[in-house]
Amino acid sequence: MSSSARTITEKILSTKAGREVTAGDYVEAEIDAMVGHDVTGPLAIDVFESVTGDDGTVANPESVVFTLDHHAPADGVEAANNHNIVREFAETYGTHQYEISDGICHQVMIEEGFVRPGDLIIGADSHSTTYGGLGAFGTGVGSTDLGTVFATGELWFRVPETIRFEVEGTLPDGVYAKDLILRFIGDVGFDGATYKTAEYGGSAIADLPIHQRLVLSNMAIEMGGKAGIVEPDERTVTYLERQSGLDVSLDPDLGSDPDADYEAVYTYRGSDLAPQVSKPSNPENAVDIDEVAGTPVDQVFVGTCTNGRYEDIRAVADVLEGERIDSNTRLIVVPASKTVYQTCLETGVLETLVEAGATFQSAGCGPCAGYHQGVLGDDDVCLATANRNFPGREGSMQSEVYLASPATAGATALYGEITDPRDLETDRYDDYAVATVEGGR
Amino acid sequence: MTDTAPRADGGTPPVDEPGRAWVFGDDIDTDQITPSRFLVSTEPAELAEHAFNDLRPAFSADIEAGDFVVAGENFGGGSSREHAPLSLIGAGVSAVIAQSFARIFFRNAINLGLPVLICPDAGAIEDGASVSIDLDAGLVHDHDAGETYEAEPLPQFLQELVDQGGLEAYTRQKLATQTE
Repeated sequence: MSSSARTITEKILSTKAGREVTAGDYVEAEIDAMVGHDVTGPLAIDVFESVTGDDGTVANPESVVFTLDHHAPADGVEAANNHNIVREFAETYGTHQYEISDGICHQVMIEEGFVRPGDLIIGADSHSTTYGGLGAFGTGVGSTDLGTVFATGELWFRVPETIRFEVEGTLPDGVYAKDLILRFIGDVGFDGATYKTAEYGGSAIADLPIHQRLVLSNMAIEMGGKAGIVEPDERTVTYLERQSGLDVSLDPDLGSDPDADYEAVYTYRGSDLAPQVSKPSNPENAVDIDEVAGTPVDQVFVGTCTNGRYEDIRAVADVLEGERIDSNTRLIVVPASKTVYQTCLETGVLETLVEAGATFQSAGCGPCAGYHQGVLGDDDVCLATANRNFPGREGSMQSEVYLASPATAGATALYGEITDPRDLETDRYDDYAVATVEGGR
Repeated sequence: MTDTAPRADGGTPPVDEPGRAWVFGDDIDTDQITPSRFLVSTEPAELAEHAFNDLRPAFSADIEAGDFVVAGENFGGGSSREHAPLSLIGAGVSAVIAQSFARIFFRNAINLGLPVLICPDAGAIEDGASVSIDLDAGLVHDHDAGETYEAEPLPQFLQELVDQGGLEAYTRQKLATQTE
């Protein structure tokens, strides 16, 4: 299909490959930015050194970013040594490198201005799909991919087909992007978008503030997606100006053409949707919250690259303002970045949460990565704002994790059992749909 | 566990010689292949000691070089951790045969030169069966059942990448061409 309508995925990959391509084509494309962290970075460094030998050159050091987020701060000698490998590489080759206090790779990449609409971005982390919330093509790769791109600046791709999720109308109070994405994954399954782009559109998506669009893109990988994209608009531009300090002019053609060729289109009416919870032990086990409401939980975890932004944490604080969490429940809050942490500090959100009984930790992946800072013991039940609830993901193989939105997490921490946020007074959760920091709404 | 522990660029055992099938079900994610707490290592042999640690503790002790991993739908979902295919290479696994693969795992395996075969009939293979692969013909032989199953051929681009020895070898060649 030459000169015909194209998806945003086909447009971005055509530009970066320097020729017109459509779904199914294999290309080698230039990478605008790339990131590795303390788990995947050392392996990528091995690969880079292996392919370039002693006189290795990083093709474009300005495009290379390292973060230390999974074991942050280091929880053992081996992790600390891995941190040093990354630090030394960044120093030697002049790449960007962020420290243990700075936060999760995807949040840091966005805040620091490495992500623009139309960019092609890879990360040696599966949640690199997050960048699609800003109209970029972001995808997760392995360490070998990353290490070779350090050397060459480009990488092979198969141009993916696109599945579009279209949501029209208005979302009810208490229903957010997290509920949407859990529903989508529940409907298509854990492998329903494997090798494909999940594209999100429709009036309800256009109404979402950027912090919520990032949630949709972040979890595209939980249905196997290669990318998850929301077409960029003026709200994207405003967000990038205020949050990332970027001056971006929007290419009016950077979006899927109306008659683009989709492999499938799933259509939803926003008003039909209820808060969702994914039951253990797979994100595809999404159900309306009334099916699991009342389930006792030992721990509530708020954070991660999915829902660890300021607006997410503030949503929990709004629920808990002047209250105490249930005495049988622990609440662990981990901001996604230092900037998020500082905003929580400056706005009083941190104080509210600590007074309510929360454990507030330094920025990073927290227990989602499964190593430390709140892992679960045998038979522990957790409700998390994270993206995965695989067996043993946050600790013991005998523990169970439910996934939900920050508003649901706040309500659940308050009562010690899975609680529908719509059962609270509305002024305890309705601000969440509105962004304050980003000014994008 | 085998002590042969071939590294990625050292190649994997031949797939046309029969080996034991270690059969797993659907949706085996990378957390189950290589649990997070073992990701501090990058050595294939060390990672192999913890492959399927929680899911099937006997695997690392009993796997022999030349054995096969056989799985259902969506093998390798979740994390981008290359430690997962690397741990199988370290254990001496010749190839992974599955009904379908998650994208990043599949890509990582190709990049590392670990043969991965999509075989819709993989579910018929029983745990412990003796299997082998004819890569050129795209066939999986189940010697115990006396059956042969067809596998999906790799797209040409990927076959060339595998033939060149994986992405590292491909990149070395590319860099050499650039500096000529």
